[in-house]
Amino acid sequence: MSKHTLSVLVENKPGVLARVAGLFSRRGFNIDSLAVGETEHPEVSRITVVVNADEQPLEQVTKQLNKLVNVLKIVELEPATAVQRELLLVKVRADRPVRSQVLETVELFRAKVVDVAPDALTIEATGTAEKLDALLRDLEPYGIKEMVQSGLVAIGRGSRSITANPALRLAA
Amino acid sequence: MTRPSPESLAQRAAAQRSAPPAATSAQSAPVAATGAQSLVKSLEALGVEVVFGIPGGAILPAYDPLFDSKLRHILVRHEQGGGHAATGYAQATGKVGVCMATSGPGATNLVTPIADAYMDSVPLVAITGQVARPSIGTDAFQEADIQGITLPITKHNFLVQSPDDLPRVLAEAFHLAATGRPGPVLVDIPKDVLQAQTTFSWPPALDLPGYRPTLHPHGKQIREAARLIMAAKRPVLYVGGGVIKAQATDALLELAELTGISVVTTLMARGAFPDSHAQHVGMPGMHGTVSAVYALQRSDLLITLGARFDDRVTGKLDSFAPDAQVIHADIDPAEIGKNRHADVPIVGDVKHVLEELIAALKAEAHPPREEWWAQLNDLRTRYPLGWEEPEDGTLAPQYVIKRLGEIAGPDAVYVAGVGQHQMWASQFISYEKPATWLNSGGLGTMGYAVPAAMGAKVARPDAVVWAIDGDGCFQMTNQELATCALEGIPIKVAVINNGNLGMVRQWQTLFYDSRYSNTDLGTHKHRIPDFVKLAEALGCIGMRCESAEDVDKTIEAAMAINDAPVVIDFVVGKDAMVWPMVAAGTSNDEIQFARGVRPTFDEDDL
Repeated sequence: MSKHTLSVLVENKPGVLARVAGLFSRRGFNIDSLAVGETEHPEVSRITVVVNADEQPLEQVTKQLNKLVNVLKIVELEPATAVQRELLLVKVRADRPVRSQVLETVELFRAKVVDVAPDALTIEATGTAEKLDALLRDLEPYGIKEMVQSGLVAIGRGSRSITANPALRLAA
Repeated sequence: MTRPSPESLAQRAAAQRSAPPAATSAQSAPVAATGAQSLVKSLEALGVEVVFGIPGGAILPAYDPLFDSKLRHILVRHEQGGGHAATGYAQATGKVGVCMATSGPGATNLVTPIADAYMDSVPLVAITGQVARPSIGTDAFQEADIQGITLPITKHNFLVQSPDDLPRVLAEAFHLAATGRPGPVLVDIPKDVLQAQTTFSWPPALDLPGYRPTLHPHGKQIREAARLIMAAKRPVLYVGGGVIKAQATDALLELAELTGISVVTTLMARGAFPDSHAQHVGMPGMHGTVSAVYALQRSDLLITLGARFDDRVTGKLDSFAPDAQVIHADIDPAEIGKNRHADVPIVGDVKHVLEELIAALKAEAHPPREEWWAQLNDLRTRYPLGWEEPEDGTLAPQYVIKRLGEIAGPDAVYVAGVGQHQMWASQFISYEKPATWLNSGGLGTMGYAVPAAMGAKVARPDAVVWAIDGDGCFQMTNQELATCALEGIPIKVAVINNGNLGMVRQWQTLFYDSRYSNTDLGTHKHRIPDFVKLAEALGCIGMRCESAEDVDKTIEAAMAINDAPVVIDFVVGKDAMVWPMVAAGTSNDEIQFARGVRPTFDEDDL
């Protein structure tokens, strides 16, 4: 099995996320990561789904997704030809003796401190899953009090757009 | 019988969709209406003739304008009956069947027929009332999230948020139900949306940017399919229910006769090709004929048309038709490659596929494939369908069903429940025409027969409609006979009463050491219920038949009654079994012709 990143363009209507997410679980797929947001067309939302699947079952689930009436288009984004990013917010124990070391790690990963407390720092970082994993590994010895991670979002490299109007076949 | 073809519906919708905003002059001038009036006017504008339903609190506003409408509303006794009746109506005509229920329990009672229609790709629109918008999500009285409940069993569903949306949503629902691969669509309407003021104007513009079924096959795939067909030594036309839905049976006959290729018709496709035709080698699958099962197993080319490699047809999948290349034509791209790899995938309406295949093959000289036909004919002769007379002198259920088919003939509509009687009805009645055999194939819904027969009879009042039911099935939905009696829907019901849940009992005999756990219904031992008295209590004519010599005259007596529903209690032996059989999970090669009897094949010939 291997990880696949699917960009699913859907009508921006209530309940569409439930239809998409429900279809994955119904057909026996675990979703590794999911992110939803509007696109440059307000009537279109973009769901980025990361799934662990073999090629053949993935094709089947893609076809099933395409059957959902609210799904407009599905594109698989290959890591080599797409930019993929996740957002991490992590609250790390950082009292005086270790604070400078923590800040050094933050600097190293080009992360940002977004909140400061006497004994803790909240750090914001974006990047690939690998980079965020590495950051977390480095922060772990200081004590991670809390963390939250977004789903992965991805966009193809180059000038082509998967949301170009004709491709979506939207009513003018 | 006028069936709108999926294509004509799609064209109509495309015309509506592409209509520029300036063309709203084609739209009727808006008139003031309540949501409920808008709903009823929309149904009228969509050409709906009949709605099967039951009123209740949340849907009540809709029933007021319905009272004045030319729409026929048939008051059923249980929402499940309404749903199956709409399915029977749709299966008998190809038109969209409509059922209506209130919120909560009314809506959840529709879940089984909706799931049934989903599995068998039946065009169905279910309209449900919902609690008023401000109450949604508060666990209000008779509230159920029917949109959420039916997500996995509908082609699509809607919760109507504004009365202004009603005409568009209903037009979209009917379009989705009837086009592409047909299926059930649910429209859930909150009570205050029905009560609110709005305007009604027709036709609305459809807004379905993500829905574009592919109707026309790719020319390259057709050429490749034609090439494989010409080269094949042992080709089989593997015909599924999609051929009936696409009204492609004439084209199928033409292609079959043009090429001389053998035809098998699945449970959902019985009647798609005449049983009496020399090229028909039978029904494949778990209880298929030996000739049909082996035709698939030994084939070198399956020409799969509107069929889906269901487990009841393939048996153990990895040993199914091991030497065959596969041409798979279906309107649903997700069916292609789902269970079996397709060497030539063809997405399109099977009628177009057949027409284009005919055009591609017309000029060719088709090989007679004498060797292959000799093998199939040999199997047909050596392993015909049949049964052994019960040793205990009881009436053979197969005989009853065979005579019923012979007396009522190929113009009657036969509607089966689920179980042994369903298989026998599929095996021992000769189907010559499409839409004369209705059953619950995918979901296997016991209780389908009586309400579906009611719907079929409403759709085709001039046809003789026989429900062939089991005593188990019949006890699940016979309340609709009261509806039939009161609404003037004179269906005929043959209860094949073996006193047991027969198919389950057969499996207990074969696989559970004859330990009959909870399969005796007491309908023999105690005659509870007495089906004759029950029929009479429901306003029907009840008859009983217990011996072979009475079978013909009882059926003929029922055939002579046209002003009331008739129920015949055929008391048959409990030990009859359905043969041939491929045990669940085993290879089709393990087919048994009768218990413990494996057909012999001259493998050198094959």
